[in-house]
Amino acid sequence: MNESTLCPSSAIYDKTVLAGEGWIYRIEANQIFRIVDLEGNQAVDTLFYNANDTSERYSATDTIVGQRNIYLTTGTTLLSNLRRPMLTIVADTCGRHDTLGGACAVESNQVRYAIEKRHMHACRNSFLLAIEDPKWDLTKRDIAANINFFMNVPVTPQGKLTFEDGISNPMKYVEMRAEMDVIAVISNCPQLNNPCNGYNPTPIQVLIWNASVRSAGA
Amino acid sequence: MSRPILWGDTVQPGSSWSLILRRGRELRIEDLEGGANVGAIFYNFDCPVERYNMPDTLKAQHTAHLTNGFVLYSDMGRVLCSITEDTCGWHDPLGSHNDAAAVGKKYGESSYQRERNAWHRNTRDNFLVELAKYGLGIRDLPANVNFFSRIVVADDGAMKFVEGNSKPGDSVTLRAEMNLLVILDTGQHPLDPNPRYAPKPVKFAVREAAPVAADDPCRLFRPENARGFINTERYFL
Repeated sequence: MNESTLCPSSAIYDKTVLAGEGWIYRIEANQIFRIVDLEGNQAVDTLFYNANDTSERYSATDTIVGQRNIYLTTGTTLLSNLRRPMLTIVADTCGRHDTLGGACAVESNQVRYAIEKRHMHACRNSFLLAIEDPKWDLTKRDIAANINFFMNVPVTPQGKLTFEDGISNPMKYVEMRAEMDVIAVISNCPQLNNPCNGYNPTPIQVLIWNASVRSAGA
Repeated sequence: MSRPILWGDTVQPGSSWSLILRRGRELRIEDLEGGANVGAIFYNFDCPVERYNMPDTLKAQHTAHLTNGFVLYSDMGRVLCSITEDTCGWHDPLGSHNDAAAVGKKYGESSYQRERNAWHRNTRDNFLVELAKYGLGIRDLPANVNFFSRIVVADDGAMKFVEGNSKPGDSVTLRAEMNLLVILDTGQHPLDPNPRYAPKPVKFAVREAAPVAADDPCRLFRPENARGFINTERYFL
């Protein structure tokens, strides 16, 4: 757990992403990026790409092997598939974030819950819609294993993976410093079949600060 | 298992192989000396934008390791292959693979010019070379499986490599449920504490698999898998 000194009023970007919506945005190197779980218990499925070469992207397995720990929190460096720092988590009032649980898809929902559930809204459809504009230089094959901010997916020493009730509460947040220019892609998870959103998906807030504001406020 | 071997070969230490494994055939991989690691990735050969998906595989089966009974899922809710036999007991889906920088840092400088084919190779480059042969590239490289390796995760999330997981002669058999492009590499696991460059060889063999019965153990392993098989069967109707 580690709090931030930044004030939302000094942010250069401040947007609420509604439950089930996608979001894509370019974040410049050294800018600070915060995600706020406004109402608590909301999984925020997130991908990052090098804005100048999208074949370089966040890598879940390289990040966890790099820090030899599967959970993300303050101090975690989010590594790319080229094992370069993309962002560093600098504040986190939730304490633990998942990167093994992936993003829900209509197809994986069929497997996990029922063949008939293909119609239910899912993260990977939101990702595909978010990246649809060719200007982002991203297609389905670029959708790699993502981060689930505010989601709790423990692994046991016996090798079991479980989806536990969220450990996030209203207004918990996680904050990152961009180490390179990145494209952030978010699906504010619409999953209604498991407790990852407390069976009630809710809005999140995304904020961005310029690096100069950070040094002035510190 | 008296079904004849259709073909097979040895993947030399630190080397890679790519092959097409048709639906209904099986691939047996044997750790010849013990302590092997086989980085592996899988694609739907007929439409490679569908590929192995680590999170979907783990969450559908509530697992962070793989052994017999488990299946490997694609990102499209279908079963790429089933683990029908395993004498090792634990295969790692979390540990990524080494690139040239990691191999150089861990095992020291090495070059083809000096050492010829004994030079230190790395799994990343080997994967990319094999992928390129099918028109695929780094954008297509998902999280891989590491067969024969075991990573335990402590309650605080710390990852630890377990030595001695695989014995000489241990084997794992994968039954293809779709037409697969399989890429294998025998580079060492990134968390293997051995400070020496010492990858191990594995032998592989392709056979015709027995038909998938209604009571197939992988299909019945979890209700999720039964639905995964339904999705896969529909794809081939």
